Amino acid sequence: MNDWSRAVSARRGDDLAPPIDSVTGNRGLQIEEALIFEQDSPGHCGVDLPEPAPFRSRLGGLERQGPIGLPGISEPQIVRHFTRLSQKNYAIDTGLYPLGSCTMKHNPRLNEKLARLPGFADIHPLQPVKTVPGALALIDTLAHWLKTLTGLPAIALSPAAGAHGELCGIMAIRAALEARGDRRARVLVPESAHGTNPATAAACGYAVDPIPADETGRVDRAALEAKLGTDVAALMLTNPNTCGLFEREMIDIAAAVHAAGAFFYCDGANFNAIVGRVRPADLGIDCMHLNLHKTFSTPHGGGGPGSGPVALAASLAPYAPLPWIVHGSDGLELIEHKSGPAEHSLGRLKGFHGQMGMFVRALAYMMSHGSDGLRQVAEDAVLNANYLRARLADDLSLPFPGVCMHEVLFDDRFLKDTGVTTLDFAKALIDEGYHPMTMYFPLIVHGAMLIEPTETESKALLDWFISVMKRLAAVARAGDAARFRSAPEFTPRHRLDETAAARKPVLRWRPEPARREAAD
Amino acid sequence: MRYLPLTSSDRAEMLAAIGAPSIDALFADVPEPARLQGPLDLPRAMGEIEVERAISSMAARNVAAGSVPFFIGAGVYRHHIPAAVDHLIQRGEFLTSYTPYQPEIAQGTLQYLFEFQTQVALLTGMEVANASLYDGATACVEAVMMAGRITGRRKAVLSGQLHPHYREVCETYARFVGFAVDAQHPIPGGEDLAALVDRDTSCVVVQNPDFFGEVRDYSELAQRCHEAGTLLVIVVTEILSLGAIRAPGEMGADIVAAEGQSLGNALNFGGPHVGLFATRDKFVRQMPGRLVGQTTDAAGRRGWVLTLSTREQHIRREKATSNICTNSGLCSLAFTIHLALLGETGLKRLACLNHAAAVKLAERIEAVPGVRLVNRAFFNEFAVRLPRPASEVVDRLAERGILAGVPASRFYPSRNELADLLLVAATELTTDADIDRLEGGLREMLS
Repeated sequence: MNDWSRAVSARRGDDLAPPIDSVTGNRGLQIEEALIFEQDSPGHCGVDLPEPAPFRSRLGGLERQGPIGLPGISEPQIVRHFTRLSQKNYAIDTGLYPLGSCTMKHNPRLNEKLARLPGFADIHPLQPVKTVPGALALIDTLAHWLKTLTGLPAIALSPAAGAHGELCGIMAIRAALEARGDRRARVLVPESAHGTNPATAAACGYAVDPIPADETGRVDRAALEAKLGTDVAALMLTNPNTCGLFEREMIDIAAAVHAAGAFFYCDGANFNAIVGRVRPADLGIDCMHLNLHKTFSTPHGGGGPGSGPVALAASLAPYAPLPWIVHGSDGLELIEHKSGPAEHSLGRLKGFHGQMGMFVRALAYMMSHGSDGLRQVAEDAVLNANYLRARLADDLSLPFPGVCMHEVLFDDRFLKDTGVTTLDFAKALIDEGYHPMTMYFPLIVHGAMLIEPTETESKALLDWFISVMKRLAAVARAGDAARFRSAPEFTPRHRLDETAAARKPVLRWRPEPARREAAD
Repeated sequence: MRYLPLTSSDRAEMLAAIGAPSIDALFADVPEPARLQGPLDLPRAMGEIEVERAISSMAARNVAAGSVPFFIGAGVYRHHIPAAVDHLIQRGEFLTSYTPYQPEIAQGTLQYLFEFQTQVALLTGMEVANASLYDGATACVEAVMMAGRITGRRKAVLSGQLHPHYREVCETYARFVGFAVDAQHPIPGGEDLAALVDRDTSCVVVQNPDFFGEVRDYSELAQRCHEAGTLLVIVVTEILSLGAIRAPGEMGADIVAAEGQSLGNALNFGGPHVGLFATRDKFVRQMPGRLVGQTTDAAGRRGWVLTLSTREQHIRREKATSNICTNSGLCSLAFTIHLALLGETGLKRLACLNHAAAVKLAERIEAVPGVRLVNRAFFNEFAVRLPRPASEVVDRLAERGILAGVPASRFYPSRNELADLLLVAATELTTDADIDRLEGGLREMLS
């Protein structure tokens, strides 16, 4: 045990004096913060607005009557409220966030600054196109980078997130099949896939046919080829896959998929592992979405907004959603309707032109790294994950042999007979100051723990993390299950009752019950 | 490279610990023909100064709304964003956190989403709201699909006065997801939607204020829909309007799909924005997207968690109510903070200022010879007919540094009957001088 982990474990000793009862309910930096609705001071307002000059209402007699129910609060109270709430969150800015498949890497602040330039943030999507040439140039430059990195000739930029990109890709595939009069019924999806893959295929009217994994954690090629046939529209495969492994037989799989007349959709959620080192087009894929909020560092923002551009092969490019930006005789042109070159477009997937704010951030990220730096991103991400794999191999249990890519998957065999579950282990990690890894995903291994350190973590930090993981595994093996089951203790809340939340959902504040609660 | 902490000696030590002779050994699973031997043909790494210079030069080529008299709306509105909003959403604990799957260390995100859900429910006059969707247009199509799940019917009737992008998104999804859309032609005026409802109609989708800015009462339509077992979906593209006009919930809406950009979020050339989605309690298990619910922790204290996730793709996979995973978290935070700052009185005052600005603008440009106001009632946007094609007028005014509005032909290039129609919006940021410039420009061009 090093000094640091000794200090951590000392915190839990019985020799500490018991805390006195709290007078306020607050403990140090752990502040209880009421809902804004419970801080209402009627008549207060956090914004000073002028009184409108007298005018004749033209609302047609449809004026809103009665109170809406919004609380009145001044600016200092609002700033404090949201600052206090922020302090109840773990974030990349505060520590390692090793969520596998989520790619929680550093979010450069230059990107935030540039996205807020008035020339990007304060332009309207319906301004005359001649007044926004710089916006089109930025989008076109981003497209050029993404096409070069993927090796695919076209890119659809409007999808708002990865799942939206999947929808776009499967719709394009279906449009291409329909254009050749080919109605197909099934989409093949490995059992290890993200839940969005089967949900997307089903949403587009396809039956989802699962493919098992082989003993190395990769798609079972024999099972896959046995399921291929003339009614298969597409294979949706994540590469590197959700076990953190590269699908070694991608090129052969692509050939088999194409021989069956189907399309090959690649889920690009893990593109960060290979960016700059492998062009997905060289693996034979037809279509891949890119999560700008993963590989290209746009902030996750507590669950969005994301951006999910889709790279398309020439066979799918004619079906790309609106709008299109094309090089015309007079510079860049914005095509907003199914006409001209976009005649066969599948149509519109969201309002306006895509997540411009995310485009600016992602381009700033790519330009900062350059083609050399992006390659280094992939290498460091893979190196960090393998370092964790190698250093933890004897303490945890690896379901699959060999090197991994940008994330390393463990299962719960190392917890066998300890009474500690993956969930308990994850919660104990919180008490040691770390965000847990992805738990219970992928579904193909028991009690999965999927760890993705990303390239923006230092070796020193990884060494700390490794020592904590080793120590926790040792404590579990030593039989101290109670410690795990009661974790986390050093958080604003202990474990929350999710069953009760779902059984009788309380999804909004309402005045009466809250007052009763306050009186309790 | 400033974002990469590993040094070359770190890398060497780590490779040794792994037992790999080189970094290439870690990529050995990549098939030989797909291994790139060197960097791709793209620019090399740049420092902050160079990146900032390159990207700023692109930004400088655009005409920022704040630099000119600006009257564009049509689903995206330019409002003042209080300084505290952008400061707070840039706190790293909000900006750089993930979806709150570990609730013990994500109570900040969960609590503001609970506040957001409550605010959206109150504004729309509905019982329950989710934690946001991508944008208004995708919220609209999610509402249509949800109505299909609830009623077991497959046809949606869309008003001709629904935002054309919202209609187009519905048409795209209809083709691939497999439902029918009966979309009406855009006619700035009345339409008898109830007459189109039949036994296969899952929902009728209307917009308020509608695409041409008209404020309407849909109470009677709601009643007629309900008599036929059809749901009424009310779309709101200018959420601020609900500080002034009757809420969709009061009119009998079953689902409200809205764009929340007007509160807290910049124009951003159309994205990211924030989709709002509200409905009745009885439909909650058919809702798409994330929901935050109240519960208690092991010590009995109130807290928040993501809930009813058995509707969602990560649990239900191909049986999920929607494939949505990411939503618009940070945009919903901006919305929540802005609306919290405004509060009851501020929201109503802001809505009133918007309406007052639009009334003044309407009075001034109605007085320009040849200009005819189309609307009977409006909030902060209205439509006018011009004696010349509106796109021509807009382009010429843009050359003079006035962004006059949106010609309907931008959306409907082949509908000649809309060629003279211009949508014009005013907000609290519209000044008297701006109105003078627009009126003057129109007088000059139309004389």
